[in-house]
Amino acid sequence: MKQQGNPILEFDSVRMIYHTKTGETLAADGMSFSVNEGEFIAVIGPSGCGKTTVLSLAAGLLSPSEGSVRVRGEEVRRGMACFGYMLQKDELFPWRTVEQNIFLPLEIKKIDTPANRKRALALAEKYGLGGFLKHMPDQLSGGMRQRAALIRTLAAQPDILLLDEPFSALDYQTRLSVCDDVYNIIRSEKKTAILVTHDISEAISVADRIFVLSRRPAKVVAAHELLFGNAVPLKRRESPQFSKWFELLWKELNV
Amino acid sequence: MKKSSQCVRTCSPEHALYLKKLRKSNLLVQIFRAGLLILILGIWELIAAVQLVDPFIISSPSRIWKMIVSLASDGSLFYHIGTTLWETLAGFAIAVVLGTSIALLLWWSESARRVLEPYIVVLNSLPKIALGPVIIIWFGTGSSAIVFMTVLVGIIVAVMNMLGGFLATDKNKILLLESMGATKFQILQKLVIPSAIPQFIGMLKICVGMAWIGSIMGEYIVSKAGLGYLIVYGGQVFRLDLVMAATAILCVLAAGMYALVALAEKWLVKK
Repeated sequence: MKQQGNPILEFDSVRMIYHTKTGETLAADGMSFSVNEGEFIAVIGPSGCGKTTVLSLAAGLLSPSEGSVRVRGEEVRRGMACFGYMLQKDELFPWRTVEQNIFLPLEIKKIDTPANRKRALALAEKYGLGGFLKHMPDQLSGGMRQRAALIRTLAAQPDILLLDEPFSALDYQTRLSVCDDVYNIIRSEKKTAILVTHDISEAISVADRIFVLSRRPAKVVAAHELLFGNAVPLKRRESPQFSKWFELLWKELNV
Repeated sequence: MKKSSQCVRTCSPEHALYLKKLRKSNLLVQIFRAGLLILILGIWELIAAVQLVDPFIISSPSRIWKMIVSLASDGSLFYHIGTTLWETLAGFAIAVVLGTSIALLLWWSESARRVLEPYIVVLNSLPKIALGPVIIIWFGTGSSAIVFMTVLVGIIVAVMNMLGGFLATDKNKILLLESMGATKFQILQKLVIPSAIPQFIGMLKICVGMAWIGSIMGEYIVSKAGLGYLIVYGGQVFRLDLVMAATAILCVLAAGMYALVALAEKWLVKK
């Protein structure tokens, strides 16, 4: 797949094998794709196809058995500054205040400077967490917690956000509004994002492009460019294109 | 407490009534608790007073009290309490500090954990009192033998509890830190230790009990002083008053130490 533009992340015929005592599993084979700067990518696939593996490979938490994963042409290593990882649950540390949680990546990456703290706090302020900085996470609603988790992810100024089903632990209503929320924040901060999800409608409502993975061993079988412009997720769901895409993707997942 | 006082101003009459009921039931529990103790002591005293059972065999609350007063007046009571208390606290502290450190090392190194696992299992199942003669030969008949016994009883429990706590650290939170590029030491410092604090307090509570078992057991085997010594000595010379008096004091001390740990828990959790 050739992409024009300026690729920030590239997977080049990646093969991934997991070894366990009982045997080995070929999780991905010949997986190639590239992501352009500023794009919002959604990755969908049948359950158990290794969607999370894609993110782990991108973040350098796993290294590919064959092939290569590059960021701006450079091979990824664990703990590269350019990634921010957001998980299914918010994983806020309950013994830290919201503010201390947001500072966590600064502490870990040893860039805990007053300037960086100020920038992180400004983000929190901008996206409505200003009044909750001294609260403990368990005093926040599910939606607010997920927002705090996003601000924490953004605090270390990553270029690429890796989102591993970040809404799936929320109830449906909260999910729609948090999805809008996160979409808007990522857009206005001009970040590149890769969202992994099993939810087709979620993928359609946020992504610029959708990659469809095959069953194990996973590889990209289709890449669709969605042309919703800058419509927010809730607006997209109302568009007539929405159901058309849904039908198409549904079929592709169930072949 | 804080909630109820906040409520006085704002809550409805129904809620006030509910709070009143709650206070009343708490008070009743307190009264029954004290009442039960008084009842038991009273019946005990009565049985002894009317010679239903020979007080020489069952002693009686008043005789125990007299014994405590007489021990206190010649000062020997405080000497014995001091000896046992020192041995227990020293053994407790060493067991907790050493046990937690060993657990940290085992968390850090998976190969050490795998190598040492059977040893820990065997040491845990072994009745420590079996080592009594060895301890006497190695450490002599002084306090150090008893402290060693106390450490021995407590340390395995401390290690196993804390290791369990460290290993139960949320995998996803570890993944989160790894994605930020955290080192193993940072994961330990920022995540594993803070999240094991409830486990640590639980371990302290268990170790209080273990420390008393260790020190009294140690004193049974070998000692010249201490509450365990008084109990064994009293039993040998058939002075039940002495046995009971020492046991009663032991109850108070153990409860006091547990209360201290509970206090530490409040402080740690608030932090």
